[in-house]
Amino acid sequence: MPGITREEVAHLARLARLELKDEELDHFAGQLDDILGAVARVSEVADQDVPPTSHPLPLTNVMRADEVRPSLTPEQALSGAPAQEQRRFKVPQILGED
Amino acid sequence: MKDSTDSIIRLTAAGTAARIASGELSAVEVAEAHLARIEAVDEKVHAFLHVDREGALAQARAVDAKRERGEKLGPLAGVPLALKDAFTTKGVPTTVGSKILEGWLPPYDATLTQRLKAADVVILGKTNMDEFAMGSSTENSAYGPTRNPWDMSRVPGGSGGGSAAALASYEAPLAIGTDTGGSIRQPGALTGTVGVKPTYGAVSRYGLIAYSSSLDQGGPCARTVLDTALLHEVIAGHDPLDSTSIDAPVPPVVEAARNASVVGMRIGVVREFAGEGYQSGVMLRFRESVELLRELGAEIVEVSCPSFDLALSAYYLIAPSECSSNLARFDAMRYGLRVGDDGTKSAEDVTALSREAGFGDEVKRRIILGTYALSSGYYDAYYGSAQKVRTLIIRDFERAFADVDVLISPTMPTTAFPIGERVDDPMAMYLADLCTIPTNLAGNAAMSLPCGLAPEDGLPVGLQIIAPAMKDDRLYKVGAAVEAALTRKWGHGLLEEAPAL
Repeated sequence: MPGITREEVAHLARLARLELKDEELDHFAGQLDDILGAVARVSEVADQDVPPTSHPLPLTNVMRADEVRPSLTPEQALSGAPAQEQRRFKVPQILGED
Repeated sequence: MKDSTDSIIRLTAAGTAARIASGELSAVEVAEAHLARIEAVDEKVHAFLHVDREGALAQARAVDAKRERGEKLGPLAGVPLALKDAFTTKGVPTTVGSKILEGWLPPYDATLTQRLKAADVVILGKTNMDEFAMGSSTENSAYGPTRNPWDMSRVPGGSGGGSAAALASYEAPLAIGTDTGGSIRQPGALTGTVGVKPTYGAVSRYGLIAYSSSLDQGGPCARTVLDTALLHEVIAGHDPLDSTSIDAPVPPVVEAARNASVVGMRIGVVREFAGEGYQSGVMLRFRESVELLRELGAEIVEVSCPSFDLALSAYYLIAPSECSSNLARFDAMRYGLRVGDDGTKSAEDVTALSREAGFGDEVKRRIILGTYALSSGYYDAYYGSAQKVRTLIIRDFERAFADVDVLISPTMPTTAFPIGERVDDPMAMYLADLCTIPTNLAGNAAMSLPCGLAPEDGLPVGLQIIAPAMKDDRLYKVGAAVEAALTRKWGHGLLEEAPAL
């Protein structure tokens, strides 16, 4: 298994939308390397003819009738919003200037 | 004579409910006694993140009014409860131990919260926990650690350390935890209390702030097996709001706790739950428990579950993978913390800055680990292989349960460790989960109950009982038998030996 580098941690942090500090990158790179080293044992079973299990229950899609039911009011739904305007969630710009 | 605060807080939940129902005690008196206890000791213990004094008293007054009107009260009406801060409570702070939800007031109740209220259980407040339930010591809470009432310099276990400590310090006779890799059972073991992880899907996860959806399970915690069973019946049952909720009758757990017996049962001792890393006093008390079960009429057989050796590795890939996905919802747009929104930054940058500021180390570590395990090129080696291990663990359990009724093991390899001892060593911390994790991966049910004190440090040891899925009643039947025998032997419950606070 390949080791995990500081640059890789920085890349993963970007993918995960986490703005890590420089010292965190160093710190996590060392720790994640240790953790991955320890958990890599799972690959010992990789070649075996074993089906994967993703969930302890056999999941099926649950459907219900499309009927109006009691739900949160717009005020309740917006009550925890960091910013709101005209009964909408107010978010920073999504598209860049270019 | 009027009951003193001290005698009220030491009652069992069943005893409290009986006295309230008969009018010997009012629910308000009971709530006030516990609120006074919290005020007296919680500064030291830090079991609670939020005490809902007014809400608790209002619920208690409603119970008293109901009784005065002659209405029938439920089996736990008026009994106080400490609720892990992972469940949403309408209008009451819910933080999941994280700064990212500091100050958030949910606009809705979790199904579990609703069921507690409907059963007239009095919710005292929200208990401390490892942030997003990630941890085995409650040191990862953004609001400071909870302390173990047996020794204030030690951890109470995690992630439900607050719930377990509230029970052990007599701040509440009932508590709720969540168990993703052992977070109900471990703190139960380290504090000398009882904790049950019900069968996956037995208790609704609607309104439980998700960490790892295929593993998370809410469950009951109390100081006795019967109290735990009574709470189990209140919170379990089908919920159409949770697609993973099992639509089947709740096993008769209260009846099982009241008809304790192991006569004629086959009980398996898992060979793989022993060896290196296990404290000698833990193994001593475990071996004594095995002998006790034999004396009580059970047949003890050794079973082998060879894939359990890979369970910890599989868990620490699956849980972070699911967490990296689940925690994507904390994006600083609809609720929770938002930082860096100065009008010049993009939404993406604000999300990244908010998550950096709002999440603690363990949460970040698991998000990165999960992102890695799911990333292209590594998926098969890590996440895919971990899911294969999950299959092997399920098969190990199936083979074992074809031969025995329940399995037993120590709940944790060690007793409570000192605060700070493992915080910088994630792998050392993860080893605490060794015995509890296979059950979460397979989805079956398990209980931890106190089986004595380790002679070398005088701290509680937990006995774990594991049952097949939907056979939760077996846990209570065996657990109550062990509890009754040990109480007879000691002349009192284990918590009587805890130091006064």
